[in-house]
Amino acid sequence: MRPMRSLAALLILAALPAGAGEITAADATRLSHLVEQDCGSCHGLTRKGGLGSPLTREALDGQDRETLATIILDGMPGSAMPPWRPIMTEEEAYWIADYLLEAEK
Amino acid sequence: MKRALTLSSALLLCSALAAPLGATELRATGDLGVIVERATGSVLIIDQSEHAAIGRIEGLGDLSHASLVFSPDERFAYVFGRDGGLSKIDILSQKIVKRILQSGNSIGGAISDDGKLIAVANYEPGGIKIFDADTLDLVADIPAEGKALGLEDAPGRKFVFSVWDTGETRIVDMSGAEPRITTFAHVGEQPYDALVTDDGRTYIAGLFGEDGLAAIDLWDETPEPRRILPHYGRGQEEMPVYKMPHLEGWAKAGDQIVLPAVHHHEVLWIDSRSLEETGRTETYGQPVFAMARPGGRQVWVNFAHPLNDTVQVIDSMTHQIVGEMKPGPAVLHMEFTSRGTEAWVSVRDENKVVIYDTTTLQPIGEIAAESPSGIFFTARAHRLGL
Repeated sequence: MRPMRSLAALLILAALPAGAGEITAADATRLSHLVEQDCGSCHGLTRKGGLGSPLTREALDGQDRETLATIILDGMPGSAMPPWRPIMTEEEAYWIADYLLEAEK
Repeated sequence: MKRALTLSSALLLCSALAAPLGATELRATGDLGVIVERATGSVLIIDQSEHAAIGRIEGLGDLSHASLVFSPDERFAYVFGRDGGLSKIDILSQKIVKRILQSGNSIGGAISDDGKLIAVANYEPGGIKIFDADTLDLVADIPAEGKALGLEDAPGRKFVFSVWDTGETRIVDMSGAEPRITTFAHVGEQPYDALVTDDGRTYIAGLFGEDGLAAIDLWDETPEPRRILPHYGRGQEEMPVYKMPHLEGWAKAGDQIVLPAVHHHEVLWIDSRSLEETGRTETYGQPVFAMARPGGRQVWVNFAHPLNDTVQVIDSMTHQIVGEMKPGPAVLHMEFTSRGTEAWVSVRDENKVVIYDTTTLQPIGEIAAESPSGIFFTARAHRLGL
C-alpha cells in the first residue's frame, strides 16, 4: 500500500506546476535548518529527545508520514508540541515528515 | 659590560614571548565569560572588556539547550549538555578538566551556595543527580517519576526542582550527611521552568498546562506552595508556544519581578513581596527571556520562533516599551555585563554575538561565534539561583 501511495504522491507532485506548494532546494535548506535548530530546542539537536519525544529513525520506526505531518500541523494536545499550521504549509509539514523518516541521523 | 646585559635581557625577552601566553602571564577572570556554540559542541571563552573571543573549548557533546554555572573562584565552569554530559572546564587553561556522561538526557543544573556540589536535572532517566564539584563523583541520586527541570540552588546547601509529568516540586537539603527531601505532590500542571529570587526566599515555577505560577516561600519553616496570577490569560486566546519561556533568566526590577507569560504575548509584573500582579506589558511575540539590566531600570525581552529576530526594552517604572532592536535572525539569549553597561546578544542564524550599549541601545561590537546560544559571564558565580 505504502509504495503505491508514495508513487501516487510523486505523480501528483510531478503534475503540479512549479511554485504551487512545491518544496524548492532553498525551502529544503530552510526546513532542515528549522528541524535541527528549532525543533531541536525540544527534541534535541541529535533528535534524541528532550521535553519533546525522540525523533530518531529508530524512535519513528513504523510511523507513517500522514501521522507525523498531522502532529506537526495540529500539535499534540496535552503536550508541549504546538500546532505549526499557523506558520507552515501542508507541503512543508509533509516534507519534514519525510525528512524525519528518511534522513540518516 | 652594560651592553652584554642588555643583550642577555633581550634574549630573555625573546624566549618569554615564545613561551605560551598562559605560562608567564597572570590573568584575572572577572571580565571573562563563556558562550555556548550549540551545534558544534563547543564553547567560546570571551573577554568582555576586549570585546573578543580568547579561545574555544571543543568536545562537549550535544549542547542544544546547554547551560553552565561557575565555581566560586570564577575559574571553572560546569557545562550541562543535552546528552547528559557534565563537563568541568578550566577557562584559564581553556581545557576540559573532567567530563562525564551522567544520564541519557538532561536539562541544566545548579551549583550549591558553598560551591561544593553540582546538581543536574535529568529527563531520562528522570530525576536529579548531585556531584562533588571537585571530582564530579556522584554524591546523591534522587530519581523522579518524570522529567526533572526548574532546578535551582537555594541558601543552606539546598536545591529545588520540579517534575514536568507529575507537577511536583521537591526541596533537597544537602546540609546534613544524607539528603533530606521535602516533596510537594502537585504545585500545578506541567511546570516547565523555575526561578529562585536573589534573596533566596522565593521559588517560582511556571506552569505550561494552566495559567498561573506556583510559588514556595523557602524561608518558611513549613513551606506550602501557593498559586500566583492564577488567571493571567483569562479571556485571551491561547497562542501556540514555539519555544518554551525561560524563567531562570528571571528579572527583578526594583521591588517587582518580571516574568514571561506562556501562551500569551506579554510579560507579567508582580510585586516581589506580596507576589500580586502589578501590571502587564504586551510584547512583540511569545517572550522567552525577560532579563533585568543590573539595577533593574530596564528589562530586555527576546522572543520565540518565528518572531525571534527582535529584542524589546521595557521601562520597569512605566512598563512601557522604550526600545526595539533587530539584532538578526534567531536571537537566543542575552547577558548583561555585571554593572549593566553592555548587553551581549546571541544571534544564532548569523553566527554572531552583538554587543549593545545599554544606554544608547546601539550596537558597539560583534564577535563571531558558531550558532551561539547561552552567554554566561563569570559574575554569575556570586549570585543565587543562576
